Amino acid sequence: MHIAEGFLPPAHAIGWTVVAAPFVVHGARAVVKEVREHPESTLLLGAAGAFTFVLSAIKLPSVTGSSSHPTGTGVGAVLFRPPVMALLGTVVLLFQALLLAHGGLTTLGANAVAFAVVGPWAGYGAYRLARAAGAGLLPAVFVAVALADLATYVTTSVQLALAFPDASTGLVGALGKFLGVFAVTQVPLAIGEGLLGVLLFRVLTANARPELERLGVLQPTVAPGGAA
Amino acid sequence: MTRRSVVDVLLVLAVVALFAVPLLLDGGASEYGGTDAAVAEELEAGGYTPWFESLSSPAGEVESGLFALQAAVGAGVLGYVLGLLRGRRRAEPAPPPERGHP
Repeated sequence: MHIAEGFLPPAHAIGWTVVAAPFVVHGARAVVKEVREHPESTLLLGAAGAFTFVLSAIKLPSVTGSSSHPTGTGVGAVLFRPPVMALLGTVVLLFQALLLAHGGLTTLGANAVAFAVVGPWAGYGAYRLARAAGAGLLPAVFVAVALADLATYVTTSVQLALAFPDASTGLVGALGKFLGVFAVTQVPLAIGEGLLGVLLFRVLTANARPELERLGVLQPTVAPGGAA
Repeated sequence: MTRRSVVDVLLVLAVVALFAVPLLLDGGASEYGGTDAAVAEELEAGGYTPWFESLSSPAGEVESGLFALQAAVGAGVLGYVLGLLRGRRRAEPAPPPERGHP
């Protein structure tokens, strides 16, 4: 999903940066607020950031014969709501743009919208819908994490189609072309990432129950002794 | 092995299989080039010239090392947090209520 440095025309690069900026600023505030009001969240915040840091560093092979990387933004979106991921995701992108020449500064805005804004919100939305429809925590987490991954790549395809509409088939043709490269390759990766998210939440529900209850992910259980 | 750890192991195996099976079935026929690079090449072939270059482009071997570093830092922090949470739960003084043996 990293649009390479210099690969968006200046107008698009500026436009996406303007779109991304308020989300990232709002996200930074959300992180500061979370840490200040709930210092005990710092551990899980670190886990959410670390999850996206690992996953976005690993390129995985797909059935299409191409490789691509997962995003890891869904877990943090479910735990802390999407604004927090707008900051954490952008930090990851900045690291990769500056040190790895992966993505870029001119495309940071567009990549942040796809990776740190649309992905987390799509995942969180899917999570809320699944929970409202009566799904258990883990199935909802699977859907959220997988969809956050997939939605990121769909967004990248839309961004590229807007910048490079096909000469004959226009926007729709270009979108189909970019989706063909990104989205199809991404499907198995999204499923794998969803399973990893479920695995992480299994560990968290066993060991971090108080935090998950405070974040509203788990319903508080009233202990028989009444010590809740 | 408890039922819980069986499920965990099955989940890990499913993830490994998801990526190993395409590789094995393929038999080395595909290059597994990155999708990001594929799109960039396609755009350049279509006549687009990037108007800005990366400030620093690490050489191939250094780059893969930095990617490994990114993964290592992430995995390290994640492992630290999960280990800490697990240790904290184990150190909890109150025994779980379901332990009702004589």
